[in-house]
Amino acid sequence: MIEFIVGHYAYWFTLVILLLGLYGMLKKKNLIKKLIAMNILQASVIMFYVTSASKWNATVPIIDSSHPATNPDLVANPLPHTLMLTAIVVSVATTGVAFAILILIYRRFKTLDEPELLERME
Amino acid sequence: MISNNIPVLIPITFLVTAFFIVLFGQFRRAVAFPLAILGTTFALFVSLSGLVKVTTSGTIHYHLGGWVPPIGIEYVLDPLSAFIASVVCGVGLLVLIYSYSSVKFELPAKIVPFYGIAMLLLAGLTGIVVTGDLFNLYVFIEISALSSYAIVAVGEKKAPVAAFRYLLVGTIGATFYLLGLGFIYLLTGSLNMADVAKILTVTPVNPALVTGAVLMIVGLGLKMALFPMHGWLPDAYTYAPSAGSAILAPIGNKVFAYALIRILLFVFNKDFIRMELPVLDVLLWLSSAGILYGSIMAMAQNELKRMLAYSSVAQIGYIGLGIGMGNMLGFIGAILHIINHATMKATLFLVAGNLRYKIGHSSIDQLDGTIRKKMPLTSAAFAISALSMIGIPPTAGFFSKWYLALAGIERSQWIFVVVILLSSLLNAVYFFKVLERMYLQSANYKEGTYSKTIHKDEVPASMLIPTIIFAVMVVLLGLINAYIVKYIMTMAPSGL
Repeated sequence: MIEFIVGHYAYWFTLVILLLGLYGMLKKKNLIKKLIAMNILQASVIMFYVTSASKWNATVPIIDSSHPATNPDLVANPLPHTLMLTAIVVSVATTGVAFAILILIYRRFKTLDEPELLERME
Repeated sequence: MISNNIPVLIPITFLVTAFFIVLFGQFRRAVAFPLAILGTTFALFVSLSGLVKVTTSGTIHYHLGGWVPPIGIEYVLDPLSAFIASVVCGVGLLVLIYSYSSVKFELPAKIVPFYGIAMLLLAGLTGIVVTGDLFNLYVFIEISALSSYAIVAVGEKKAPVAAFRYLLVGTIGATFYLLGLGFIYLLTGSLNMADVAKILTVTPVNPALVTGAVLMIVGLGLKMALFPMHGWLPDAYTYAPSAGSAILAPIGNKVFAYALIRILLFVFNKDFIRMELPVLDVLLWLSSAGILYGSIMAMAQNELKRMLAYSSVAQIGYIGLGIGMGNMLGFIGAILHIINHATMKATLFLVAGNLRYKIGHSSIDQLDGTIRKKMPLTSAAFAISALSMIGIPPTAGFFSKWYLALAGIERSQWIFVVVILLSSLLNAVYFFKVLERMYLQSANYKEGTYSKTIHKDEVPASMLIPTIIFAVMVVLLGLINAYIVKYIMTMAPSGL
């Protein structure tokens, strides 16, 4: 049991970050804080992928004629990293759209605090 | 030569059009609308020719950049994706024609961005349909999602708040899908749908597979607003501009239902989703709860667009019900309901837009007989699609419910047959509430405010014609449903 927990510590941290993000999105009252929590949630998934690609005693996946890496066990898996580059771009775009919407909300209602916002929307 | 490129041409057309609309729109605003129509017409033409091609000579595979799958990304046009892509492009084209006057009226300053974003939305939706790669699906989900947040946000005063909520929930959905995909990728080492499906048939069931599957299904469930994950939908569809909700409601969440069908029935092993992880049964119960909840909530609404949004929650339940039945009849019902509901909901949202255009509101309380005299064709379109929503033959809505009920009878799931019949009754209640006001309630003449004779005052032809075409389609789809069903049977995954 202990070994299971310690052996996968990176994944446990990812899970903690994921739950932290979800908690923030649900419980925080301020819309900016909700957005920060959303970014934390996305970061946790990015870290999950990157963790899954790492290996002990493995090198970077670059084709180099002086160090021919023929054994795949000695090379980190590059695919999760490239996937996460795309996911990071998506998360940046989402944050950008979210900020644009938040600016619009602030201009119309002069607040970003959710209970206050609901009051002013009536 | 060009026929092999059909799968990739559909989303690329929209992406290129979006680029040119924004580019040329800087100099001349009037150029945005014709460009959008041109792009969508071309995409519709391509997807229809793809549909013909697929039926005559089989599935078309396109390898992006010449990389052979499973290493490269593959776009696939099989009977199912060709059909849904044509529906998306067709509905998109009619709604865009409609949007000309509506956008000018509601969003005069945002014509160029609106059409640019509408093109990106269609690019995302058609991309979801044609892609054969699970990660590429995620990217297209986000493209369509980001553009729908923007479309919602330009609406009424409260629209940005609804859009922000939609953004948070939508991002959770997409992130869950990505996390689930991570588990599936680690397990199979592949992202290609066909390849993953092949590997999963020999993978023993383990916690990682179950976690991945559940996360992916929950993620897509959030996106398609499956009860109880529908919270974002009513606000988003109510406050979006008329043209925006008319393009989002008919095809927006249907495409995610398609993605769910793709992943549940084509990627996962069929023993896995029936025996090991009873996800189809869960889907059945959630969908029927959604049907009842959506219909009851729709009855309580006083705003036409909000009522239609809640009815969307109910209608997505029918599609979920069809998937959950897990038999041929259920599959037919689900796919038939995707196209039927797309046309019905498009008609209804266009009518709501017409009302807002002419009388400035769409609140049910204030409708009366003057509407019928002022806008006879709009009212007729509403009546036809309302009858179809209730499920009166020979309108389209009857036939999808018919197949869903047959599916329930075949599996002896009587409780779901009862739900389908009961929901027809509930639909009748809330649609007759509007129809009664439109047709039977005499106009409350106030002295001096209304003249005795009411002149016919229809919306402009660019709005009226798409509304009428959709209404005619509702009847036509019902009349030719035998042909559609015969075609749908060729789409079903093997062993259904």
